[in-house]
Amino acid sequence: MNEGFEWSTHGAHLIEATGQTLYMVSATLVIGGLLGLVLGLGLYTTRKGGLLQNRWIFAILNLVVNIFRPIPFLILLFAVAPLTVGIVGTRLGSTAMIVPMSVAATFGVSRIVEQNLVAIDPGVIEAARATGATRWRIITTLLVPEALGPLILGYTFVCIAVVDMSALAGTLDGGGLGAFALDYGYKRWNFGVVWVTVIVIIILVQLAQALGNRLSRKVMHHN
Amino acid sequence: MSSPSSATASSTSGGVRSPIIEFRDVSKVFTSRSGTTVAVDHVDLSIEEGEIFAVIGYSGAGKSTLVRLINGLERVTSGELIVDGQDVARLSESQMERKRRGIGMIFQQFNLFRSRTVAGNVAFPLKVAGWPKERRDARVAELLDFVGLLDRAHSYPDQLSGGQKQRVGIARALAAGPKVLLADESTSALDPETTQDVLRLLKKVNTELGVTVVVITHELEIVRAIADRVAILENGRVAECGTVFETFTNPRSEVGRKFVSTVIHDQPRGDDLTRIRQAHPGRIVTATIHDGSRLGAVLAGAGAAGVSFEIVYGGIGTLQARSFGSLTLELTGPDAAVDEVVRRLRDVTEVEEVA
Ligand SMILES: Nc1ncnc2c1ncn2[C@@H]1O[C@H](COP(=O)(O)OP(=O)(O)OP(=O)(O)O)[C@@H](O)[C@H]1O
Ligand SMILES: [Mg+2]
Repeated sequence: MNEGFEWSTHGAHLIEATGQTLYMVSATLVIGGLLGLVLGLGLYTTRKGGLLQNRWIFAILNLVVNIFRPIPFLILLFAVAPLTVGIVGTRLGSTAMIVPMSVAATFGVSRIVEQNLVAIDPGVIEAARATGATRWRIITTLLVPEALGPLILGYTFVCIAVVDMSALAGTLDGGGLGAFALDYGYKRWNFGVVWVTVIVIIILVQLAQALGNRLSRKVMHHN
Repeated sequence: MSSPSSATASSTSGGVRSPIIEFRDVSKVFTSRSGTTVAVDHVDLSIEEGEIFAVIGYSGAGKSTLVRLINGLERVTSGELIVDGQDVARLSESQMERKRRGIGMIFQQFNLFRSRTVAGNVAFPLKVAGWPKERRDARVAELLDFVGLLDRAHSYPDQLSGGQKQRVGIARALAAGPKVLLADESTSALDPETTQDVLRLLKKVNTELGVTVVVITHELEIVRAIADRVAILENGRVAECGTVFETFTNPRSEVGRKFVSTVIHDQPRGDDLTRIRQAHPGRIVTATIHDGSRLGAVLAGAGAAGVSFEIVYGGIGTLQARSFGSLTLELTGPDAAVDEVVRRLRDVTEVEEVA
């Protein structure tokens, strides 16, 4: 059974698995990325000296992030299963996996967003305030553009972590490259399949990294 | 370069002036874990419409805090602060946001939006004020023309020199046609030549647009270059306040004298004084010079009275188009005759004995 990677037997599965991985990763990056952005903005603006400084809200947000972020992804996946079923209707399949992955990504992204926003020169925000801009306008139109370069690099970094999560999720009925490597490679002791999966993942990650670097350089070029 | 229209009627051409900014017993106290700091301490001050008003003081004197109270970046702890007819101490944050549209501000580090082009920076306050796109574009062009940067409209701040960045800062601050421009150490990060350019531009903002300019600085040279009046701040209090001419020629506070002595070196001090004393055994006096003090006439008569004089130190300059300075003289001759010459000098100007 361990005859290596055969395009005729494995090709279609590999393409399907790659598609599922891309689906899980990109959906997670969008959902977790946006929720993480909102949470990160919340942390940044409510902290001491922030535009919406509020000790209690900051303390609560900070606590929630600190509690959830270190939970190992596998455990988090089990823990949010009721939520997954509530939203998707099932706990199996690629779509279901997007829920725990997005939850994990949200907390990871929030810290990255917060760190990059903290690096914005407070003088710039002050200058915006001095023009009479509302805090809402500053939050929605100025903060993200001012930190965009480093934010893109931060997202790229998260992207790699999400690919990692997707592989693990895949082994628990999530489909994707993780499941492909498990079912057709590891379980059948076929390392040809495992290594082809590794190469596909390396290519995906490198593409993401290259795209992230390019984009961030592009926006930072004039910065 | 043309002058953009301003929301303000030009009010610089003499006539009756009224305060546009008035501090009435204003204090600002910062409370932190490490204790409280009284940054602004019971300040009374009024800034007239259309003038260039300077606030000078050493580091930590409370200058930045004072000016930030005006546009509400810091809120008043106690007292009244009337800005263009409204007590900003009583405004809510959202009322304050509206109020700020009528007050421009520029900064030491320029604080431009790095993610926006030069034109984007200048357009920002216009978007805030809700200008429609076409009017915005025209206004941005007008302002960039005014500050001489029309050709850099599509550059990003990081592609500009410090002087150019501050010009963008000025254009941005003026965009929505404010009546007041606050400048906090706006030239401190610039070289001397660029500083002169920016100061000239601020002067132009004042004279051509009628904008009241409040300049914060720790350099008296800058006060001398552009301001009409100056307040000297020390430990959050106003040590003295008056026209630049008065303050330079006759500082009334200790801190005022200290500042003035750093830019005007017309009176001998320290080593110079010791050297003069050693070389000149006669009676030494310092006479103040200003327009109309007829020192020469008195000295011309000294010879006839048997007194000879020697100029041992001095300096004369102009300030706001008036002469001022002082001369230190050694007078030798019979005591009574020297006394008489000193008395005649006192009739025409202030005379100080040099120990
Ligand atoms: N946000 C703040 N919290 C606590 N203390 C403050 C705050 N801002 C200013 N201070 C204190 O208020 C005092 C006046 O500060 P301010 O910045 O107004 O001085 P300054 O005259 O502008 O000094 P510099 O020339 O160094 O800019 C200082 O003692 C400073 O430490
Ligand atoms: Mg300051």
